[in-house]
Amino acid sequence: MEGFERDETFLHRAFGPEIFRAEGGRSKDVIPGEFTYHRPASVAEAVAILASHGDEARPLSGGHSLIPMMKLRMAAPEHLVDLGGIADLKGIDEDGGTITIRAMTTQHELIASDLLAGKLPIIRETSLLIADPQIRYVGTLGGNVANGDPGNDMPALMQCLNATYVLTGPDGERDVAARDFYEAAYFTALAPEEILTAVKIPVPPAGHGFAYEKLKRKVGDYATAAAAVVLTKSGGTVATCSIALTNVADTPLFAADASDIVAGSTLDDDTIKLAVAAAEAITEPASDGRGPAEYRTKMAGIMVRRALARASERANG
Amino acid sequence: MNDMTPTREQREAALEGMGCKRKRVEDIRFTQGKGQYVDDLKLPGMVFGDFVRSPYAHAKITKIDATEALKIPGVIAVLTAEDLKGVNLAWMPTLAGDVQMVLADGKVLYQNQEVAFVVAENRYIADDAIQVVEVEYEELPVLTDPFKSMDPDAPVLRPDLEGKTEGAHGPRKHHNHIFTWEVGDKDETAKAFSEADVTIKELISYHRTHPSPLETCQCVASMDKVTGELSVWGTFQAPHVIRTVASLLSTIPEHKIHVIAPDIGGGFGNKVGAYPGYICAIVATIVTGVPVKWVEDRMENLSTTSFARDYHMTAEIAAKNDGTVTGLKVHVLADHGGFDACADPSKWPAGFFNIVTGSYDFPAAHLAVDGVYTNKAPGGVAYRCSFRVTEAAYCIERAMDILAQKLGMDPADLRMKNFVKPEQFPYQSALGWEYDSGDYHTAMQKAMDTLGYRELRAEQKAKQEAFQRGETREIMGIGISFFTEIVGAGPSKNCDILGVAMFDSAEIRVHPTGSVISRMGTKSQGQGHETTWAQIIATEIGIPAADIMVEEGNTDTAPYGLGTYGSRSTPVAGAAIALAARKIRNKAQMIAAHMLEVSEYDLEWDIDGFQVKGNPQARKSMKEIAWAAYHAPPPGMEPGLEAVSYYDPPNMTYPFGAYFCVMDIDVDTGVAKTRRFYALDDCGTRINPMIIEGQVHGGLTEAFAIAMGQEIRYDEMGNVLGASFMDFFLPTAVETPHWETDYTVTPSPHHPIGAKGVGESPNVGGVPAFSNAVNDAFQFLGSTHIQMPHDAWRIWQAAKDLGAHG
Ligand SMILES: Cc1cc2nc3c(=O)[nH]c(=O)nc-3n(C[C@H](O)[C@H](O)[C@H](O)COP(=O)(O)OP(=O)(O)OC[C@H]3O[C@@H](n4cnc5c(N)ncnc54)[C@H](O)[C@@H]3O)c2cc1C
Repeated sequence: MEGFERDETFLHRAFGPEIFRAEGGRSKDVIPGEFTYHRPASVAEAVAILASHGDEARPLSGGHSLIPMMKLRMAAPEHLVDLGGIADLKGIDEDGGTITIRAMTTQHELIASDLLAGKLPIIRETSLLIADPQIRYVGTLGGNVANGDPGNDMPALMQCLNATYVLTGPDGERDVAARDFYEAAYFTALAPEEILTAVKIPVPPAGHGFAYEKLKRKVGDYATAAAAVVLTKSGGTVATCSIALTNVADTPLFAADASDIVAGSTLDDDTIKLAVAAAEAITEPASDGRGPAEYRTKMAGIMVRRALARASERANG
Repeated sequence: MNDMTPTREQREAALEGMGCKRKRVEDIRFTQGKGQYVDDLKLPGMVFGDFVRSPYAHAKITKIDATEALKIPGVIAVLTAEDLKGVNLAWMPTLAGDVQMVLADGKVLYQNQEVAFVVAENRYIADDAIQVVEVEYEELPVLTDPFKSMDPDAPVLRPDLEGKTEGAHGPRKHHNHIFTWEVGDKDETAKAFSEADVTIKELISYHRTHPSPLETCQCVASMDKVTGELSVWGTFQAPHVIRTVASLLSTIPEHKIHVIAPDIGGGFGNKVGAYPGYICAIVATIVTGVPVKWVEDRMENLSTTSFARDYHMTAEIAAKNDGTVTGLKVHVLADHGGFDACADPSKWPAGFFNIVTGSYDFPAAHLAVDGVYTNKAPGGVAYRCSFRVTEAAYCIERAMDILAQKLGMDPADLRMKNFVKPEQFPYQSALGWEYDSGDYHTAMQKAMDTLGYRELRAEQKAKQEAFQRGETREIMGIGISFFTEIVGAGPSKNCDILGVAMFDSAEIRVHPTGSVISRMGTKSQGQGHETTWAQIIATEIGIPAADIMVEEGNTDTAPYGLGTYGSRSTPVAGAAIALAARKIRNKAQMIAAHMLEVSEYDLEWDIDGFQVKGNPQARKSMKEIAWAAYHAPPPGMEPGLEAVSYYDPPNMTYPFGAYFCVMDIDVDTGVAKTRRFYALDDCGTRINPMIIEGQVHGGLTEAFAIAMGQEIRYDEMGNVLGASFMDFFLPTAVETPHWETDYTVTPSPHHPIGAKGVGESPNVGGVPAFSNAVNDAFQFLGSTHIQMPHDAWRIWQAAKDLGAHG
């Protein structure tokens, strides 16, 4: 239908791509189209299936982003490649200052991990703010970061932590930094025949301060705005600082300028004001049911301010 | 005395009658997933219907081509308006006296309007077919703002009404005008305003929202071509009315139509009216001869069937300097969308909005309502309220706060000063109602004392000063709502639906062994009738509630009734139940007299049987009497023990309540936290305090949602926004505040058991309490009125506009 396309563009412009998940006035379906279901046992097999179907195939992890899109017929893959049968894609381990989390680790498993609670507590804090327990039992880290939805919470967190994504395709593995991965809403560096197999995170120094501040309308809602902060302190001043933002642009945002402003400061009022302004300056949020763009920009600033305060309080040194 | 003889208290307790916190019997099946809902129904050979819907809010349809869809294996039929014209069903009457398209007839008037009905072997095939039904649209200018509906150059939405200067409710003054409804004394009111010391005037809008029951609207229609009988299972709050409408529209005789409402997963007004889905499923089963199921999805529910509110109320109050109110003037602009599909009693185009004088003694008042068309979904229904009562309560409760502000008076004191006094009941309101009973001062005082109202005001003042000094970014609001509802529609002298008087009914049959089956014309959608109706009968005839089965929703077996909405079940059917039970008790008394060989005048009723006055040992229990009624009735008396009662109420009932909301607001984010919410309800006699509490909790949760963000939005192109639970605010247990409930009891003098109905009070009274709390919080910064809904960004915007962000 002609009108359909025109209106989708309109909605896109007016409310951002997220309209298709959240607003739904246009597309009324709740029934997905037809597809073929695959359940490979190895990464190689999965990659081979993806490669042979190109754009028409999609990996399926927890399905809590993909299946809603399929029901709305916003995504209509002809082949679904379920990664749930691949043992190699599970687990969390540490090796010489790097923690590797494999793609099929669920958000619930992130919350339950003692290793993460000790070394990367911000992951637990963030995971607890995602959706609700039912969704976290099935939603995976891999799906969350590979999805490319600016509303997802993990991508900004991974940028804050300077994580690296391991992508496996027909030609083997390659590493892409989380800070370089996101191109636009639902567009990422991932090729159609590639699978995101793991996320590698450099372990921040013991005693680091951290906070994930998320403003949302209710349990299960995506952020109106959210900010992730990790910082270290030494002798009362901030030694290093990393800030990233969720859902205030069509990609997650690593707030490099704001991070630089805070590093080396004592987190005095003037510094905080400057950092907040620098963070707000890079936002480009959509206006939607969560509020107009101006509000969401300001909320990004408030989340940064609150996350800095809480991270600083938690930091030793 | 024999130790085994139960005491009076024990016998009383065994009944679990009125006043008992009896656990809900229906929950045994609901909590085990054993409820039987429409979508659980699977009939042999059943097929599925689903709609092609319009992406446009206003467009001409130039072509519908189903060729490709019909090629898909499993697609049985694609119905369009042209097909329905053959059976005279392309349009249907609405309850409000308008007509509504069943399927788009040449044009569409709102986004997602039903354009074609695809019938297929299963839901997947139906949806595949919908994608390829080709519809050509020619866009027309879109009108979404009701304030522009009556502009001279506004687009013509309803060419079918062209030249019609008379509508169902009097003259139409514009092509998009539906009705004007006027009540009250205009001249007296004008005089009050000309003589007033103080006046206020404010546009108070109540946004568009939706009842959003968890179970959407759905039905299964099945035509037996051999017997000519039509069975329809559906989510119907008023199954008998649906049967009558179905008969009138289809010309199938009413006795050959079986309408059955099984378990219903919430209604809140969404399931009163008739929708295109029902008509199309019925036509489809008549055409195909196989059962057809239609189940609405969430987006369809939120964007097409029955929105609520969209009332824009300009309120003016005249008062003396001491706060005494002398006049009320209200004008309402009512947005009904593309068709006036209000579900009100037929003669009431704006429902009972003339309850807008509220709990206050206004000597003069005048009200005018103008209904208009826009390119939005049709409605609007009474979302957990008795016909526009929640709009009225919001209007007056907001306006009283605004008056208090202007007078520099405390809003609680202003209310106390103007309440209708206990000795004024029955009270004639300036807009035509007779309030049955009330004691407003006692309720208000109890609420204020329990809450520590004066202390809260002192705390608020201190917080405001701290805010002004820059010590905190949090402010505090205290919201007051003292509402009077009007429920129990209604007396036949002024209430009917399509000509059927709004009585209700009950049938009670006592079996020989002393257990009971009873049936009513109402239909529970979560209200707990199976529990509470049995309690009324238990008290009235002394048979334990546990031995009484309550059955509703099957029009073949239940006596005719007008259904459940508008808090009418207890005031109307509740009375019918009591009166039917009393017929049984009267007959039982005669039987007992015969058994005890005394005159019936020598007997007195005692909890669960009759005893001889002055000789309590000589008694017959109801169980014994029931057996006698079938075994050896008195000579000349008909055997059996059953009764039917149809009740036409002499008046409405007027529940009331005092609600207080204490709120803390983060000025920087606009996030509002409800610290306390206290709800005192007076619904007259209390049948089951636990069910009342549950009803109040549920209604308050809805009120919280509506006031704080629940909205159906449209953009200028008529795209409906927020029609999914991602955006439409349905609070979870996490967001929902803690509720403190309380009560006073002022029975209704004209109701057989003095009960008034409570299910809707919390929605009606809750919304103004929340909104007044937000408004109250910002008053000290110079604000008079902030429009709902109060979601975080709008509160933030209000704070910003008031300069609170520095
Ligand atoms: C009601 C609701 C509320 C939610 N709220 C939040 C929230 O607040 N915050 C939040 O972050 N998320 C939220 N989510 C999303 C949830 O966290 C998802 O589970 C997550 O975004 C995706 O993970 P998944 O495993 O379910 O991925 P899937 O849905 O299976 O996949 C998502 C996308 O990523 C692709 N994909 C999946 N795995 C891989 C892989 N290993 N390699 C390459 N591509 C892959 C898929 O093809 C698909 O395109 C919510 C979801 C729901 C239903």
